[in-house]
Amino acid sequence: MEFLWQGLLAVTWRQAVMYLVGAALIWLAVKKGFEPALLLPMGFGAILVNLPLSGVVDQMTQGIGETRGIIQWLFNVGIEASEALPILLFIGIGAMIDFGPLLSNPKLFLCGAAAQAGIFLTILIASAIGFDLKDAASIGIIGAADGPTSILVSQVLHSNYVGPIAVAAYSYMALVPIIQPAAIKLVTSKKERAMRMPYTAGSVSRRTRILFPIAVTVIAGLVAPSSVALVGFLMFGNLIRECGVLTTLSNTAQNELANLITLLLGITISFSMQAERFVRWETLMILALGLVAFVLDSVVGVLFVKVMNLFTPGNKINPMVGAAGISAFPMSSRVIEKLGQQADPQNHLLMHAAAANVSGQIASVVAGGVVLQYFFNH
Amino acid sequence: MDRITPALEMMGQGMAGIFLVLILIALIVAIMKKLDNKK
Repeated sequence: MEFLWQGLLAVTWRQAVMYLVGAALIWLAVKKGFEPALLLPMGFGAILVNLPLSGVVDQMTQGIGETRGIIQWLFNVGIEASEALPILLFIGIGAMIDFGPLLSNPKLFLCGAAAQAGIFLTILIASAIGFDLKDAASIGIIGAADGPTSILVSQVLHSNYVGPIAVAAYSYMALVPIIQPAAIKLVTSKKERAMRMPYTAGSVSRRTRILFPIAVTVIAGLVAPSSVALVGFLMFGNLIRECGVLTTLSNTAQNELANLITLLLGITISFSMQAERFVRWETLMILALGLVAFVLDSVVGVLFVKVMNLFTPGNKINPMVGAAGISAFPMSSRVIEKLGQQADPQNHLLMHAAAANVSGQIASVVAGGVVLQYFFNH
Repeated sequence: MDRITPALEMMGQGMAGIFLVLILIALIVAIMKKLDNKK
């Protein structure tokens, strides 16, 4: 009868910790509504992969030989082999994005660029603390505020911390409504937050909307060839949306494809949440550094706009719009709108913030590409 | 310092690359807008 409690006796303390981590992620998803589409599968997957001799990961069984586990197979095929799952998800994300407000006000592209600085400042800090450069870069990319980019970069660089990085990336994306207001208030006054920006909806021609994703792909691909998969698939999704002749495919990309990939991605990434790899002191450091990355993104974005305003005195941008240059769309733009209205109830910044926010989506995938390009060149 | 130098190099190249891409894209969008307005 020993076989009945062998499994229970084989549980290690690290695995027990992971059951709590999994439960916490499920609780955050269900009770708090934090990115439930990813945190719930990750939480449940964390429990699945940490059950002793779990059948969802490859096992060597006496008398039978190697048995394959479905989660490990999904990870090997969907992430390790070619980062297929995060890249395919980008088609859906690209199909969801309306670049109209950004195309009407191209200078807000710069906000997206500036807000990626948190990534590199965090890489600096992580390197100084003692992480090797590949791990530091994988940790820093949490600041891209983009789950698929974080997973892809950390996987391509063979980081030892894919699991904690994925958990940090998605958790902090969900916490943007808490993290960003605090970071923005550190570097702005109420008067600055109350700065009004008139908005006139400019029309963007269909030709521009169609040429835009093609131009972005070519330019990003020529400057940073490693970004072609990320940027290319994001822009492919957007092109499907904007061409006007593929409505069914656009709807499929935005709905069924995005949902299917999201469903699989969360539970697949839980393979990297096995106890021996996850329950380490470094995991806590990574969670702390991920928070630092998000805060620095917002702070640098705001400061950049303040500097920009020195050169365009007649056409100032509310500094908070700089913080919207992170990729967490649409949460970040809603945060900026809310903060603007708290400072001045007549202040409507949503469309400007949305423009900076979608710029951040492009900038974050370019950031992932340039980080990878650095390693390919060295 | 040995640890930080490559990270600094990555930061310089990375931010330069991101700004270069975004500025080029912004310029192309601005030109397309001007061409559309002319029509």
